[in-house]
Formats: sequence, structure tokens, C-alpha cells
Amino acid sequence: MTETSTQKPIPVTVLTGYLGAGKTTLLNRILSENHGRKYAVIVNEFGEIGIDNDLIVESDEEIYEMNNGCVCCTVRGDLIRVVEGLMRRPGRFDAIIVETTGLADPVPVAQTFFMDDDVRAKTELDAVVALVDAKHLPLRLKDSREAEDQIAFADVVLLNKTDLVTPEELERIEATVRVINPSARIYRTQRSEIDLTKVLDQGAFNLEKALENDPHFLDQDEHDDHVCGPDCDHDHHHHDHHAHDHDHHHHHDHHHHHHDHGPSPIHDVTVQSISLRGGEMNPDRFFPWIQKITQTDGPNILRLKGIIAFAGDAERYVVQGVHMIIEGDHQRAWKDGEKRETRLVFIGRDLDREKLERTFRACEVQA
Amino acid sequence: MPTVAPLDLEGHVVGVAFLKDTPFFAEASGTIHRLDHGLKTIEAHDGLLSLDHDDASDSLLTGGEDGKVVRISADGTMSLVAEAPRKWISQVAAGPQGAVAYAYGKTTHVRLADGTTRDFPEERTVEGIAFAPKGLRIAVARYNGVSMHWVAIAGQPADLEWKGAHTGITFSPDGRFVVTSMQENALHGWKLDAKADAEARHMRMTGYPAKVKSLSWSAKGKWLASSGAPAAIVWPFQGKDGPMGKAPLELGTRGNIMVTAVACHPAEDIVAIGYDDGMILAARFADSKEVLLRRPGKGAITAMAWSKNGRQLAFGSATGDCGVVDLAG
Repeated sequence: MTETSTQKPIPVTVLTGYLGAGKTTLLNRILSENHGRKYAVIVNEFGEIGIDNDLIVESDEEIYEMNNGCVCCTVRGDLIRVVEGLMRRPGRFDAIIVETTGLADPVPVAQTFFMDDDVRAKTELDAVVALVDAKHLPLRLKDSREAEDQIAFADVVLLNKTDLVTPEELERIEATVRVINPSARIYRTQRSEIDLTKVLDQGAFNLEKALENDPHFLDQDEHDDHVCGPDCDHDHHHHDHHAHDHDHHHHHDHHHHHHDHGPSPIHDVTVQSISLRGGEMNPDRFFPWIQKITQTDGPNILRLKGIIAFAGDAERYVVQGVHMIIEGDHQRAWKDGEKRETRLVFIGRDLDREKLERTFRACEVQA
Repeated sequence: MPTVAPLDLEGHVVGVAFLKDTPFFAEASGTIHRLDHGLKTIEAHDGLLSLDHDDASDSLLTGGEDGKVVRISADGTMSLVAEAPRKWISQVAAGPQGAVAYAYGKTTHVRLADGTTRDFPEERTVEGIAFAPKGLRIAVARYNGVSMHWVAIAGQPADLEWKGAHTGITFSPDGRFVVTSMQENALHGWKLDAKADAEARHMRMTGYPAKVKSLSWSAKGKWLASSGAPAAIVWPFQGKDGPMGKAPLELGTRGNIMVTAVACHPAEDIVAIGYDDGMILAARFADSKEVLLRRPGKGAITAMAWSKNGRQLAFGSATGDCGVVDLAG
């Protein structure tokens, strides 16, 4: 085929975070560190980016709703245009970084890289990185849904400005972030200082790599013998945070029932996550089920990720989704001795845990 | 038998045109090449985004990543028309009486021959500009429709509404129709002489498997050819209701190879069809007869233009392999 179609897709990193969370500082680090890579940066405003020998493009956020009757099918029209323009001269950069405004919804940004055929042909969403201002997060969660969405949608969360809070506050903030998004990788930073290999080239949306590299995927470690039941509430060794969504779910219910709680970091959390775990699946049941769930509950699903064990299939099957978009593929052969189980996590709002669990169970191969 | 004179350039070609009898090839890098007794080259922009051929003055208008709007004449002379530092000039259009329209962000700027500039702000990003064939009037494609502005008269625009993102725009040569290309693999048309609220005003042209990026009106505007399918889709516009209720022609159908560019012949009912693999065919509307103009090349055809006498066709590609087809051989 043509040279253009065989070009390796350009990775795209999306930086989200409230105004003042440290996005520009991180961006300046990425652009000034000596890593030998060239970046094209798409920003909303030139603002305070101090480096001008890189390719920086200003772009006005332009949300397109697709004419397919689906309210969550939104993409960023401005990104389609700018990426198309950039990709006409691909030799100038190795990767693209999209910096969103503080109030931006990360979903249309991400969906652009799945829903627009031209953009999808030439680029590949690498990861969504959210910067969180440790000092101001509780306030942000109270007054906006965007701050929560940005965390819920992220693959990597930089808990920044940790020097401005006490260790106890930091624990609480991290627990809150973990409740909103149990599968993100969280790093504590000051002045956005981070080893860039933890932010760039994550392959978080790449089905082959995504779940393999994800130590937090769901609630388990392969090397941890302990198997969590649905009410498990212990902390795993690599993070001393409050790891499970189950608690959050209960708090969440309380919240809706106007119970008079004391101050709790999760009071202003409206996002929930549901982890499902089961045995081998019947593909004839599983595929119609996941299709139906994403069709009917898609607007409420921010992200979904999963590893599926199909009966009689020598390979692991991986799925990931954003709202109503879902994709899946075989990833690799099951290893000898690897437990063949199915794991799925849904992050979203107003999800019916009981229904998801029950219908998920119905897809299992009957023993 | 048609012959091809190849021209191998470095990168993506945004547009091609004949100025007088000289073929011009504009690269995305901003370098513009012309075959004028040998290959000649000028650096018009640091990054070229948009291009239009001004028929009246037989010159090229280009807009760049460098914020410049430049006019280039047949002898390669460049002149700066306008400048907006650090903005990407994503749209340019040549109008009557020396008027030039260009846009970045949400505003269209129209620079008149006397040097004055008028601004036409929209609520959303300007995604396409077309001048009406008669009168100093522009139509601007934007989200959820089109805004039509008289350039000389201050006042509210006439809005043509249709839900969705409109990414390109063209007037029919007789000025009776406006057609936009859309984000969702469709064209939308408005019949301007129908009543504003009439259902008959709208023309929906759907069924494309890909976005339509290339549109070309045939001689006298009887047909509108389009890319976005594995054939050139050619809509009939002879009747007073345009293509409504009529099937389009499908010319040069090729399995699963997409058409990426179309260019109608200046006199005959023939269209040049460029494909994703670099092949070019010419097809006749009357009997669908095809002639091979160029074998597949390195990359997708991105631009084509006929010489005024219709004997030569210049083409450019996404990979820089360009050339001129001579029909007489």
C-alpha cells in the first residue's frame, strides 16, 4: 500500500487538569528535557509556554455532536483539523501533546482518536494524563463535575503540589482520587516533577499493551495469592490507599439518602467504579451482553477495561471502551499456570451494580 | 494515448493549478513549484494550509501556518495580502473585484481591492468559505449550518441551518445552490430560491463510506462530482430541484480503493478521478467510459487541476509524486 498508510501512528498524549494544577509546568518539562524526541503541542492558548522552538499550535475547543442520536458521541472538530494539518508534514515531530483547558471534558478529546477515520488512521491515543492540585482538589470536587471527570477518565494522575498539604491531607486526597478511578496510576509530585517515562509512551489505549502494563488493573496483582471477594477492603502492598470502590458505593448511597456524615473526602464524588470478576465466558453470550450494555448504559460509562477468558480459547481477549465506543482483540496466549478468569472494570455514573453483576454472571460458561 | 510527465517532490501536495499555461504544485511545507521552462521554486510559507485559484486574475491565493495570506502570479511573483501572526490561516477564497476572504478561528476577514478589510464573526469556527458567483457575497460553513453575508452591507447574515458539522462549502456556478461537505460522510445542499422554511429547500446527499474532501462542478454546473467513495459520486444538478429524488452517477468504481480527488473537465462532461493508491482515471458522464490517465503511485491523489484548454491535467499526491498528464500524448 501507500507510504502514508504504512507510517507508524503518531502517539498522542492528552493533558488535563484544572487551571493552576500544573499542566503548563509539566508541558514545559516535556519540551525542555533532553529526551531526543520532538513534540507538536496543541494548546488552547499560547499562554505561558516558554519554549518556542517546538511546534505549538493554538486551537479553539470546538465540540461536534455526531448526528447519530447519541448524546455522548462527541468529538473535537478543532483537533480533527489541526491533526490533519500536522500530519501532512509528519517528519517534524515524533509525538503530539494535547493540552486541554481547565474546564475541558476529556471525553470528546479521546473520542476524536476513535471516531474520526482520518485521525484514527494516522495517530494513536497514548494516554490521558490528569494533573490534580492536591491543595485545591476538595474544593474543585465540590464546585465542578469536570474535575472529577478528568480524574475518572485518566490513565495517569499526577497528584501535584503535594508540598502544600499535610501528609494526612495527602493520604485523604489520594484515597479520593483512587475512589474516583481505581485503575489509574497515581504519582505524587511537586512542581509537576516526574520521570517522563511515567507519563509518555504509556500505550494506555493500545489493546496489546494497555492492560499488560497496568499494575492497578482492577484490584488484583498476579503475584498476590490473596483473592479479593466483593467485600474485600484491605490495602494492597504497593499503595497505602483505600483501594476499593465498594466502600465508595456505600458512601455514595448514603450521600443520596442525605445521611449526615462527617467530612469525608468522597462526599463530593459522583463517579463510581464497578469491578466484575468471573470465570470463563461464553462468547455467544458475552459479546451481545457487552454490546447491549455499552449501547444502553454508554452515556453513563466513562471508561471500561477488561481481560476476558473465553472457554476453549487459548488466548486472552482484551476490551476497552469509552462511552458507547468499545473495541476488543486477542492479546496473547494464556501463560501456563495463569488463572483463566475474566476481569472487567466500569468507571461511570449511575451504573446499576446489581444488574451488571447479574447479567455478567449469566455470560459465564455453566460448569 | 495520454502520457504522464512525472515531477517528484518531497512531501504532501495541498493544491495544484494552472496559471496561464504553467502548472503549479503547492506543498504543505509552503514550497511552491512550477514547471515554467524547467522546475522553479518559491518559498511562500512556513507551512501551507489552504489554497484557492483566483480565476479572474489567474493567480493563486494561499494561507499558511505562518499567519500569512499570499498571492502568487503566473510568473511566480509573490505578494503579501494579509498577515495575522501566529494564527493558522485555515481558509482562503478568491472573490470578485479583487476581494480575498480568509479565516482563522471564528472570524472570516474579507480584504477588498481598496485595502479595507471587513470582519464577519461566527459563533463557531469558520470551516469553509465560498464566494457567490454573482454579487459580493460570501457563504461560510460552520457548525450547524452556513452563514451568508453580503460583504458591502452591514447586517445580519442569512442563516442556512442544518444540524451537524459542515467542513467545506461550494456554490453552484449559477448561484442557485449551496452545497456543504459534512463531518458525517455526507453532503448537504440548500436550494436558495426555495422558501426558507420549505422542506424542498434541503438536499441530503448521503451514503458515502468516507468523508467527502473533494468537490468539483462540471462545465456549466450541470453536475457535482465528489470523492468519499470507491467511485466518483456525481450528482445531477440540471433540474430545478437539483439532485432530489435522483440517483447519482457512480463513475470509475474500483473495489475498495477510495476516490480521494475529483476534477471536472472545463468543457466536456468528463471527470478526472484520483484514488487513494495514486491511480487517475478519466470517466465520461454520458456512457461511463473510462480512460487510464496514470497508474498507481506512491500515495493518495490530493489535488488535480485541468489546463484552460482541457488538454492537460496536473496532479499532486500525499507523498509528493506529482506530474502533468497530457491527453494528446
